[in-house]
Amino acid sequence: MNENQSNNGALVRVENVEKIFHRGSEDIHVLADLHLQVPAGEFLALMGPSGSGKSTLLNLIGGLDRPTRGLVTVAGERLDQLSDHRLAAWRARHVGFVFQLYNLMPVLTAERNVELPLLLTHLSKAERMKHVDAALAVVGLSHRAKHYPRTLSGGEQQRVGIARGIVTDPTLLLCDEPTGDLDRKAGNEILDLLQALNREHGKTIIMVTHDPHASARATRTVYLDKGQLSNEPVK
Amino acid sequence: MKFFHLIWCNLKRKKLRTSLTLLSIVVAFILFGFLSAIQQALVGGVEMAGADRLIVRHKVSIIQLLPISYEARMDRIAGVDFATHQTWFGGIYQDPKNFFMQNPVEPEKFLEMHPEIILPPEQEKTWLATRTGAIVGRRTANHFHWKIGDQVPIQSTIWTRPDGSRTWEFDIVGIYDGKDKGIDTTPMFFRYDYFDEARQAWGKGQVGWYTIRIKDPSQAAEVAKRVDVEFENSPAETKTEPEGAFIQGWARAIGNIVLIVAAILGAVFFTILLVTGNTMAQAVRERTGELGVLKAIGFTNGRIVGLVLAESCLLTVLGGVVGLGLAWLVISHGDPTSGLLPMFFFPTRDLLIGLGLSVVLGLVTGIFPALQAMRLRVADALRRM
Repeated sequence: MNENQSNNGALVRVENVEKIFHRGSEDIHVLADLHLQVPAGEFLALMGPSGSGKSTLLNLIGGLDRPTRGLVTVAGERLDQLSDHRLAAWRARHVGFVFQLYNLMPVLTAERNVELPLLLTHLSKAERMKHVDAALAVVGLSHRAKHYPRTLSGGEQQRVGIARGIVTDPTLLLCDEPTGDLDRKAGNEILDLLQALNREHGKTIIMVTHDPHASARATRTVYLDKGQLSNEPVK
Repeated sequence: MKFFHLIWCNLKRKKLRTSLTLLSIVVAFILFGFLSAIQQALVGGVEMAGADRLIVRHKVSIIQLLPISYEARMDRIAGVDFATHQTWFGGIYQDPKNFFMQNPVEPEKFLEMHPEIILPPEQEKTWLATRTGAIVGRRTANHFHWKIGDQVPIQSTIWTRPDGSRTWEFDIVGIYDGKDKGIDTTPMFFRYDYFDEARQAWGKGQVGWYTIRIKDPSQAAEVAKRVDVEFENSPAETKTEPEGAFIQGWARAIGNIVLIVAAILGAVFFTILLVTGNTMAQAVRERTGELGVLKAIGFTNGRIVGLVLAESCLLTVLGGVVGLGLAWLVISHGDPTSGLLPMFFFPTRDLLIGLGLSVVLGLVTGIFPALQAMRLRVADALRRM
């Protein structure tokens, strides 16, 4: 049984999910009775106004946070049933993250940043560097491997971030506003890259974005507002 | 080892802060080395003291002399194997700063009493045959470049010759070594018969103190009591104690060395604890977002704790190794006081304790920042990037 079949065709299933944050005595309902299915190989754009819960939903799917109620299942694995330790190991194996502000380690070169997720594997140094070279080649940054983040442009840093996200060949690539800090040209290059990863390498991508231009690159767009999903933009 | 590069790069992140912290750790461990060597010099002899040896001195003070006739009486006391004596000569060689111990002894009995002194048999034979002969420890011989056959003048600060001169000539007939590193090889020993005959009338027939070998070390207290009872109500009453206690008494004249050293080191390491702890706490606080990224990509809480602890331990062990290494280098040049601290060396045991201390320091200073890093919620941490 492959990953897709194990989940009735959907790689990601979000069912009856509710997320409440507690701030002092106040309860903030961010997500309410939310349902979402993402089939393998899809490039899904998740849009919505600020504070609508997009990043919270992405964190739940990526196993960075747990729902107050409901189920999140990815590749047949119920994330709510995993301990913190196993959840971390699961993330290392199944999820690649791409962040808006790139989140690279400033003290490491591009290749060392990309190597980070591989440190959690049993690969030898030579094998790790082979994977790093391949990931950097995919994002077109082989020639900048020895450069530190401070010497790279925003677009290049985001490419390194993507290379780090895909170096372990994860089941799922989660992008939180990957073009949010880039100019239009660099943003387009990143979107080209994500599209290529989806089309040519079959990567399942969930991308949170504010930008309709970015969401247009996705195969499907869903809209989140007041904790609810819809297939139509919120008026 | 595959995480070493990450740990090392994190440590180098704030070079000035890391260097200053490292420097303070280095200084603390240099101090640790020096205080260990000073403690060894002052109280180390206690460990080398023979369990089967008692020291008999005048009840009033060590500077009061005892009659030579006591020796034969001691030999007859139940539990005593044999007794021999020494006397403080208090001499200097050429210059007052060249001070080291020289004592007149009975050669045969002295060597039998102190098997930790290693003297080649032919040199012992020469000593027994040479009235003005003296044996000197390797350290002093090397220091003054003395060799067998040399005649050395020693000026006593106490004992005068009949002609009024205080300069005594000795023939170096032997150079002895210690059985192990802890044996003091600075003293010089010469023959009592030559000394007693050649000194002015004052003090003739008297000695500084006696060393007794007892037959059964478990009976030390009883034998010591018997000796003191033997000389009770005489003009020179005695105080008898184990050799270790006698040496400790000398050190106590300066103060409770162990306590002083412990107090200084305690204060120094407490300060280092705060300095290093602060460095690590700042380092982790500044890196909250990056720790969030590591957790997001799959680093477990345990691994995060390990990374922070490894970083703090690397810092303290590096400082410890450099500090202890520098201390060892300087201390290996020997006594910096030209004779006051003849047993000045860095004991291997203390070197290992120092290394262990550097690891403990790293663990203690790193544990709170590590737990702080462990408790970070990934989603919160990522927002602080």
